[in-house]
Amino acid sequence: MSTSVSAAPPPAPPDPSPPAKSRPPAGPRSGRARAWATRAPLLPALIFLIAVTQLPFVATLFISLFDWNSLNPDARSFSGLSNYGSVFSDADLRDSVFTTMLLTATVVIASVVLGLLLALLLDREFRGRGFVRTLLITPFLLVPVSAALLWKHVLYNPEYGLLNGGWAWFTGLFGVENPSQPDWISDMPLLAVEASLVWQWTPFMMLILLAGLQSRPIDMMEAARLDGANAWQMFAFLTLPHLRRYLELGVLLGSIYIVQNFDAVFTITAGGLGTANLPYTIYQTFYQAHEYGLASAAGVVVVIGTIVIATFALRVVSSLFSEEAKRA
Amino acid sequence: MSTLSAPKTADAPGKASAPKQHQDKYGPAARRAKRRSTALGLLAWVIGVVFCFPALWMLLTSLHSESDAATNPPSLTAPLTFDNFSSFFGAEGGASPWPPLINSVTASVFSTLFVLVLALPAAYALSIKPVRKWTDVMFFFLSTKMLPVVAGLLPVYLFAKNVGMLDNIWLLVILYTSMNLPIAVWMMQSFLADVPVSIIEAAQVDGARLPTVLMRVVAPVAAPGIAATALICFIFSWNELLFARVLTGVTAQTAPVFLTGFVTSQGLFLAQLCAASVVVSLPVLAAGFAAQDKLVQGLSLGAVK
Repeated sequence: MSTSVSAAPPPAPPDPSPPAKSRPPAGPRSGRARAWATRAPLLPALIFLIAVTQLPFVATLFISLFDWNSLNPDARSFSGLSNYGSVFSDADLRDSVFTTMLLTATVVIASVVLGLLLALLLDREFRGRGFVRTLLITPFLLVPVSAALLWKHVLYNPEYGLLNGGWAWFTGLFGVENPSQPDWISDMPLLAVEASLVWQWTPFMMLILLAGLQSRPIDMMEAARLDGANAWQMFAFLTLPHLRRYLELGVLLGSIYIVQNFDAVFTITAGGLGTANLPYTIYQTFYQAHEYGLASAAGVVVVIGTIVIATFALRVVSSLFSEEAKRA
Repeated sequence: MSTLSAPKTADAPGKASAPKQHQDKYGPAARRAKRRSTALGLLAWVIGVVFCFPALWMLLTSLHSESDAATNPPSLTAPLTFDNFSSFFGAEGGASPWPPLINSVTASVFSTLFVLVLALPAAYALSIKPVRKWTDVMFFFLSTKMLPVVAGLLPVYLFAKNVGMLDNIWLLVILYTSMNLPIAVWMMQSFLADVPVSIIEAAQVDGARLPTVLMRVVAPVAAPGIAATALICFIFSWNELLFARVLTGVTAQTAPVFLTGFVTSQGLFLAQLCAASVVVSLPVLAAGFAAQDKLVQGLSLGAVK
């Protein structure tokens, strides 16, 4: 991961104040001491993070080169890259790669589009706007497990779930006695998981895009309006270009979180019916099948996939960030 | 974000006695525009309620008796009761929810405290007295956040097993600290960068030492941001499932793990499940509503203001 670090950052801004001014002059030895004094506050956080996040990944890389099933510990042996071969040839693992991509793309695109529409709606002034915003972000604030359980049992349940119950009530108004009552989770498992995730992530996208909308320069909008631009032209030529960075940021942060999703897949379908994504499959490979080598290789594959996304993500964040550095 | 709550005087009624220069405000075009904006406001309300409805329904179901909860078509008018909450806390027919809740509080509060202790000096060094190549350091912090959790799970599990830390809540405290530290550094860097350098220099020229500068000058400006950072770290720790599921068992089980086991161990009691979900979600909802304004900035790692 650290490879992507050197690619993105803009040059550091010059120190705003000459050092002699901010402090009384000191002896000649103080230069190096002062350099360490400025760095010292960083060290605890850096060392802690390297130890807790980077070392395990190095261990994962190492384990991925072994044929290692913990139920059969004596048979542990070095197997080179054969686990990686298995990751790509194993039908289940390959399916879960595909499921992960499909799940992530669907959820991110749907929640960004919905989030944009809601942000545009909330950018207007109307009575109770703060309250409506609070209503809208509630799904995002539910504990993910609670949200997944809510969808699985309270909404999707074929017998007394709200979806079928509400439908029965609605058709009952028109005198229909026995409306169709689909079993949502077994009929459309992936869609069921995606719907619950879109519901949870749309508010996140809305919040980011709303922040973007409210940072539009007002004078430019006014000038365009005076020049006779209609609403659609203002949206297409001013708002959308301004929002580009915020859209990118939402897509990339959303991707990073949803690629890693475990809670919804685990809770709603337990990975069944073709909904097992990579995190769930890795969890199962190591926690239930005890295939340590294979699980580690799959983990490394996820990391490589994420690095591809993250490289773009860092570039986007860095462009936002460098603007801020210029402003400062 | 604060503009959202700005007072809305434009469409206040009772201002019907319009002065002459506002005559055009009541022309047909303006009336159409006003009607359109009222309609869009109404639409926002409808969508907001529909969007929130599953969560509201969960709350309502938690206040119904078990037999009223599992009806088709659903009932809006069934009598309300707090029985589900009292039997949830009374642990009727199941495990007590208190140990998992206490575990979650322990993991969330202590990891948040550790995050603050580690992130505050780092963010201070990165914002107020920029270290050379400070952006490199910032991006290193961020890149650790992009490492998928599953990729390090197995070695952590093996390590914990070998040193006897499986099913130990302090292992989660350490992991949650590392999970939230990068976000906290980014957020607080952006909050501390709002403190004008000139004020700090002025204080230093006046002879103030570092602790005094931090307490008297930096803290008052950055305090709301630091509080929001803490709330967001708390939320993420409280929500976490994968680590908790793999690394804890009985004694160190957290509330989300308890929730997933709640269904299988007792069969399906819809109303009780809703009550349990409401209880577990309540701290996060409270923290989230409190940090609402800074939430987006935190979640986008300080990149969006």
